[in-house]
Amino acid sequence: MSVRILSRILSACVLAAVMLQAAVASAADTVPVLTIDGKQFVPQNLPIAAGVKQKLIIRNTGTIPAEFESYDLSREIVVPAHSEVTIYIGPLKTGSYHYFNDFNRAMQGTVTVTAAKGN
Amino acid sequence: MLATAIVMFREVLEAALIIAIVLSASKGIAARGRWVAAGIGFGLAGASLVAVLAANIASSYSGNGQAIMNAVILLSAVLMLTWHTVWMSAHGRELAAELSAVSADVQTGKRPLAALLIVTMAAVMREGSEAVLFLWAIAAGGEQRIAMTLGGAGGLVAGVLVGLLLYRGLLRIPARYFFSVTGWLIILLASGLAAQAAGFLNQAGLLPALGNTIWNTSDILSQSSIVGQLLHILVGYVARPSGIELVFYGATLGIILILLRMQKRSRARGGKVRASTEASA
Repeated sequence: MSVRILSRILSACVLAAVMLQAAVASAADTVPVLTIDGKQFVPQNLPIAAGVKQKLIIRNTGTIPAEFESYDLSREIVVPAHSEVTIYIGPLKTGSYHYFNDFNRAMQGTVTVTAAKGN
Repeated sequence: MLATAIVMFREVLEAALIIAIVLSASKGIAARGRWVAAGIGFGLAGASLVAVLAANIASSYSGNGQAIMNAVILLSAVLMLTWHTVWMSAHGRELAAELSAVSADVQTGKRPLAALLIVTMAAVMREGSEAVLFLWAIAAGGEQRIAMTLGGAGGLVAGVLVGLLLYRGLLRIPARYFFSVTGWLIILLASGLAAQAAGFLNQAGLLPALGNTIWNTSDILSQSSIVGQLLHILVGYVARPSGIELVFYGATLGIILILLRMQKRSRARGGKVRASTEASA
């Protein structure tokens, strides 16, 4: 009796864990990643949907610290070497928003905001 | 080398200008230099610590640690600037007149020296940590190390010089207007820093933007231009402000002005006693 209950609880826990993992994985899939590879931002043109608060991961794969900065987005964040940071941008109107690496202004790109699908 | 100098200059400039303003605004307070120097020292130590722990800070609070830390540093500076302004508005005139009968507050330990220390420390720590990281990157880079180091040093010196120039300039303001000018500079500085803090909290997803571009004056005065940058530091100019930045700016400005008015009113009520001591001095 108690063994059966215990096994049920156990299997429910396993199921919950699997579902949670799947949910986390799918959420991570939808977060765009902006990579700094030491020479340039990848991608240099990042498409974002208009009118939504967008989470964005900035990942520095290089050996030199960078500072992601944008006057258009009013964002400023240091991205240490071999690490990643999270920022939120928006909700934004359609248009293009310029950003750069404040530690090396040769590195720059744009966030292009387009009307979301179905709008 | 020039690029390095420019980056360092920009990082140093903000701290240098803030220190110049608080230093001149607290003219007449004994021992202020020592407290500001201590603030710079603690700030540099803090900046180095932040730079060393940069990767840990960046990954804390699910990648938002840095923005939260910046907001906390900025808001503590805002609080201290508020205290400083209110205190100076009560005692600035006594300090300017160098009366022998300065009030008990000035003579005893109630001077806003801790405010000076914390504001200086906050300014140096925030900008300094970025400067340290940047210099570290150069040192690690290896290429043209000497030229880049020279550039970095040049930028540092130039930033400090501009701060010194502002300080000297402010001191030349006639005594009649001196404390109202520096008082306003501090109020606008505090409001601008509060708006920056709001920006960081929004960046971390903790506050809503309340509209991302309330207006856009990038075409008239770009924030990347020298004037735009100076105004950004001094009065919090933002070319494309978000709603939450404007709310924080306006709220800080309003709260300080209300505190000043309340303080003036309470002084007017207790003014009779004070007036008789001042007359005898």
